[in-house]
Formats: sequence, C-alpha cells, structure tokens
Amino acid sequence: MPKILQRKRLVPNVHLLEIEAPQIAKKCKPGQFVIIMPDEFGERIPLTIGDWDEDKGSVTVVFIVVGTSTHKLSLLEEGDDVPIFVGPLGKVSKIEKFGTVICTGGCFGISAIYPIARAMKKAGNKVITLLDVKANYLLYWEEKLRAVSDEFLISARDNFYNCKDFVPEVLGNIIKKEKIDRVVSIGCTYLMYVSSQATRPKGIKTMVSLNPIMVDGTGMCGACRVTVDGKTKFACVDGPDFDGHLVDWEELFTRRKSYFDDEIQSLSDWERKTYP
Amino acid sequence: MTENKKQMPQELKEKLRAGFNLEWRKDLRKSFPVKERMKLSRKEMPARNPEERNKEFTEVNLGLDMKKAQEEARRCMDCANPQCVMGCPVGIDIPAFIKFIEIGDFVKSIRVLKETNGLPAICGRVCPQETQCEDVCTMKKGTGISVAIGHLERFIADYEREQGEMFIPELPPPTGKKVAILGAGPAGLTVAGDLARKGHEVTIFEALHVAGGVLVYGIPEFRLPKKILRAEVEYLEKLGVEIKTNFVVGMTATMEDLKKEGYDAFFVGTGAGLPNFMRIPGENLIGVYSANEYLTRVNLMKAYAFPEYDTPVFQSKNAIVLGGGNVAMDSVRTAMRLGAETSTIVYRRSRVEMPARVEEVHHAEEEGIKFHFLTTPTRFIGDDKGCLKAMECLKMELGEPDSSGRRRPIPIDGSEFIMDCDMAVVAIGNSPNPLIPRTTPELKVGKWGNVEVDWETMATSMEGVFAGGDIIRGGATVILAMGDARIAAKEIDKYLATKKNQKKKK
Repeated sequence: MPKILQRKRLVPNVHLLEIEAPQIAKKCKPGQFVIIMPDEFGERIPLTIGDWDEDKGSVTVVFIVVGTSTHKLSLLEEGDDVPIFVGPLGKVSKIEKFGTVICTGGCFGISAIYPIARAMKKAGNKVITLLDVKANYLLYWEEKLRAVSDEFLISARDNFYNCKDFVPEVLGNIIKKEKIDRVVSIGCTYLMYVSSQATRPKGIKTMVSLNPIMVDGTGMCGACRVTVDGKTKFACVDGPDFDGHLVDWEELFTRRKSYFDDEIQSLSDWERKTYP
Repeated sequence: MTENKKQMPQELKEKLRAGFNLEWRKDLRKSFPVKERMKLSRKEMPARNPEERNKEFTEVNLGLDMKKAQEEARRCMDCANPQCVMGCPVGIDIPAFIKFIEIGDFVKSIRVLKETNGLPAICGRVCPQETQCEDVCTMKKGTGISVAIGHLERFIADYEREQGEMFIPELPPPTGKKVAILGAGPAGLTVAGDLARKGHEVTIFEALHVAGGVLVYGIPEFRLPKKILRAEVEYLEKLGVEIKTNFVVGMTATMEDLKKEGYDAFFVGTGAGLPNFMRIPGENLIGVYSANEYLTRVNLMKAYAFPEYDTPVFQSKNAIVLGGGNVAMDSVRTAMRLGAETSTIVYRRSRVEMPARVEEVHHAEEEGIKFHFLTTPTRFIGDDKGCLKAMECLKMELGEPDSSGRRRPIPIDGSEFIMDCDMAVVAIGNSPNPLIPRTTPELKVGKWGNVEVDWETMATSMEGVFAGGDIIRGGATVILAMGDARIAAKEIDKYLATKKNQKKKK
C-alpha cells in the first residue's frame, strides 16, 4: 500500500501529502491527477498532481480541507498507508513553445500550476506566474514557482502586499501592456471562470483544469460531465484541461453543488463521531 | 461486432456421448422413465417477501434446498442430444452436473461445473438462462417448461461455498510464462482462472479499488451478494493469481511497459466502461445520472449506508429509469430500496422487447416498480436551482423489426406529455472504455471504439494480445464475456506454447 512520506500543513486549511508511489511517479505529466481515498469509507477524491520525484518514487499532492474525506486525509500522518492511490489520470496539459505564457493559480491550484509552469519554462516560453492568495499567510511554494518563472506576481486583498486586486484585474493589466500567447489557470471554479472572462475580449487562449465531481476517474461513470463548446465531455478522460472560453461555467457551478446538503450532513456526522 | 454461429465441436460431442453412456447414467435413466420425469413440476426459486425486500439490499432469491434441488435434477431426462450444452456460452456439461446432483454426489457435480465455469455461483444468479441453456432444453420442448438449470447451478455452487471447503484443483508445474490481464471483471477473472490452472503466472490489473468489475460496481447486493464474489476472487488467489488493484493499464503503465517487465501475453477485458447518454436537452441537470454512476455510488462506494460511508447519492421521491435491460432493472429496484415513493421504468419499446432477464422484470413488478412502455424522453426540465423536476416524453408505436430483430419504435407526432420526476437514471447501454485503445495506438479498434478481434481466437491486431467481453462487444452479458474469455484463455495457452518453442530454437 502506498505510504505517506511527508504530510504537512502548508498554510491554514491547505495540506501537502508526499506519497510513495514509484510506478505513478514514473508516468506523471503536467496537468494530470490522481484519485485518493483516505480510508475504505471515504470518497474517491481527484487531486491534481503538484509534483513528483521519479528517483525517490514519490508523488506530491496539495489539497484544501472541505468535506469529510479531505478532513480525514488531513489527519493522516507520516508512515501511514493510503489505501487507495491511483493514477496518473486525465490527459496531459498541452506544453509547447507558445511565446509568453501566464500561469495563474490559487488555493490548491498554486501547487497544481507548478508542473505546468515548470514545463512551459522548459519548453522555452517566457513564463509569468500569477498567484492569487487573498492574504500573505496563504502563500506557499513561492521559491519553487519563482525558480521556474521569468516574472512572479501576486494578486491579493491584503495590506501586506498593498494590493486590492483579484486575478482578472492583474491579468487585464498584463494583457494591456504585453502580447500574451496563452494563459493557464488552475484553482477554484470561480478563479478559473474569471481568468477566462478576463482574456475573452482579446481571445487569448486560456486553458483551465476543471474540477467537477468525480467518482471513478476513468470514464466509467460520467459524473464529471461538463459542457464544452456545446458538447458533453467527461473531465476525467477528455480533460481535465479545457478551453476556458468554451466551458459552460454556469452548469459547472451548479453541478458542483449537487451534494451540498449531503456534504454538510456527512461532515457534521463525522465530526460528532470523531470529536464527541 | 458479429459473431459466428457455432457448431458443436467434435471433441465436446464425444465427451457428452461418453458421459451419456456411463453405466450409472444408464441405470439412472432406467430407474425413472422419461414419462415420469415429464410429470414432475418445476421447482420455483423461493424468494423473500416483496414488501420486505424492496426496502433493503439483502439478496432476493433464497436458493433451492437440497431436497428441492434433487427433485428438480430428476426433471432432467439426460437426453441423448443435450442442446443445453450448446446453449451455454461456456459449454458446461450440464447433464453431467445435474445427474450428479440427482444421485447426491455434490462434490463430483461441482467439479464438473468448475471444469468449464470458474464462476458458477455468479452465473447461477445473473445468467439469462431462459434465452440460453433453458431455452433449448429438451424438457421445454416436451412440456413447455425447461429444467431449472440456473437454479441448480446456483445450488451446487452455494453448497460448496457453504461447506467451507473450496475444491482447489492440482496445479501443473509452473511454465515460467507471465500473463497480464487487464480488468478484473467477469472476462478477466475467467481468463485468470483458466490460465493459472495451466501453470502460467497470472497478474490481473484492475483500475478500481476492488476486483469484480461490473459484478462489484454494477450488479447490486440484492441480486449478487458481494461475499459470493469475494469467495470467487479468493479462489483465484488460491490458484496463485495476483490481483493488482488501483492500477490503470494505459495510465499507470502501458501494455508496452508491461511487456518490458516480462509479460508474455495479454488479455484485454476492460469492459464497456463509458456510459451512453440520450443527448437530449437538460441531461446535465442535477438528478440525471448514468446508470453506471448511480449504481457505482450505491454498490461500490456504498452510498446506501451514507453517512457511515462518505459518498452520497440522490434520495429520490419520484425516480425514473430509462431503459429496459438488466442494468435498468437494477437501477429502478435500487431507487425503490433507497426510499423512492415511485420508481418507474420508461422504455421506448414494449414489454416483449425488453432485454432484461424475465426474473428481474418479474421481481421488479412484485416490488411495486411501475412500467411505462412505448415512451421516450425528449428533454429534461429543471427548476431554477438546476435540479431535475420533470421530463417531457413522446409516445411511440412499433414499426418493422430492425437489425436486432426487435420492432423499431417510431415516435407518434404530437404525443408529447410531461412526467414529474426528481431523478432520472439513463440506462441505455455503454460503449467500450477508451483508455486502452487510446494509449495503445497499435491496437485496432472498430467504429464504436470496440477492440477488434478474430472471433475464432479472440486475438487482436497485436501479437500476443487477446481481448473479450464488453470491450469487444460494447455492452453484453456476464456469461458472453466469460464465453469469450474461455476461448481467449485456450488460445493464449496455445500462443504461449509456440512462444516457448521459438525461444528454444534460438
């Protein structure tokens, strides 16, 4: 069973797991995800891969604690086994020399954008990394991302950075001044949505890594269907990367809330049992 | 995706003839003449009370007891030309196993079954016997009512399991050949059993976290208890089969990678894991499921025990299931068990065209499932929160038969009407899963994404790679997958033998 080599809280409510998974580490490519279950009672949770180390045989994922299963994940310790860890899944992000690429990420997406920024840089692009952190104590992996970026920017609503802007304003400012060839945006659905809106007027290709509810992650169930360019696609096998200008965002927002009440019930039930 | 009509092979004919001519079989036939046997009535499968069972997931059928099984076995006249064997996709020696039941030699009976069927407890429960072995039963020709072959198969397999001692055949010395099997569904499990018994080293790679494929994520507990599947999987492990779960061949490693790791032959049994949708407006509203998702949440992820298990499933008041097959019946009966006030099948043809097993339809009716025939949905209607609240339908009439031989449904103009529902499960079939074809470009696929094979040998376009089950058929039955698997296993064994010779020549 895959073992946890490292577990740490990166910033409040956001945790990192480094998991021993040599076979998966050999195959990881930017933009792919894994499915993880904290225990046999848990949900199958899709997490975008944040990093991997082929020599060490490890895969790193970063997640935000939201529901019961992610709560349980955050309580695992170094040396614990993860009963279910499968991947890499999904199509690989398109990486080539586009010119100037903006990589935006927020929340767990700060980690998920890292392999893409790294690969974009390696492919010869000028990489502008733009992280959204709301406040300074929510920033992580700054050094890692600076190392693969030509420019490193932060959008925040925080006195520390003396900044009141959200991603779209900063994006808007950059594309006014500079020719941008591609934008990649990963984070919460809202962040990806507003990033896509910001680039739409100029028609700058904006790729987003969609995060609908999934179950099996291999195309079998169709829970993760999203409408892209008027057609139903399965995010797990047709994505997770799609053109943000073609995504039916309203449907995605709605479908993500399918189990809102159940999730609250599940969590409160689990909390009562765990912390009586 | 056509299949050859098979003639009874000479070898099988001779085997059946030899069994027929055994002294004890002759004596048994003489002891109780055919005329008397024809007078016996078929022993019906005892089932739990519909009012109780439609609220929980415990198995519906209770199984024949020993006395009833032996009485039923007497109805088999042990005819000289047992068509039932040809009606069985895996060619079980049906008269032999039934006659052993009749004389009470259950150990020999199970051995006969297991010679050709590695998963008898499962087949006894989920095979459509009425269109296969029982349809061509000589007793049916004589009296209109066939021998209950399926019930007897289930009896003998359950008997062995409940005795607690699974018969493990003696294994030949290891051949040193490694076989990789992709997918732990009915096809993969069957190939694994057959090849392990030939002395090959077998590894099954399974994408999900539990082995069983459709037997675990699709078929519900009330039709196939998971403990039965577990027993069958344990049996395979005792034969030396290794099962690697959480391993998606194509993604975690490609077939090419596995070849480099030393696997000599492959069997692709990755199933029809890609659900078809209706492609009508509103299909992505909250409350519209594919049957695969609905059943996977309930069966594999155990959403029926939410919140003990974390995975939720929609609690429907008025559930509608679209389709007329076994998966549709499983879905509609599941919705009822999860507390739906009404649970309704909507099917575009009429009752007789429904592909589901007769028993499932019968059980569904007993449990209070409603049926709406000659009806097809045209759009799903949502409320302001994006949740399903109704479905617009069109009435149909039946026209000329189509390529499947069933009469084609034709919409009646202007017959639109609205059905209220808060959940709709789309159970109109599946397409082959795309992961293997996509990551194995050398593998030739047909226009539906199905892996193409030579139907005589189950060989694909790639050397040493065989395939069977829904990945080649695109959505069929457990037993047809097992039939493919048996052929494939035989051919893989032959292939490995030639490979050994080639190596020696070098």
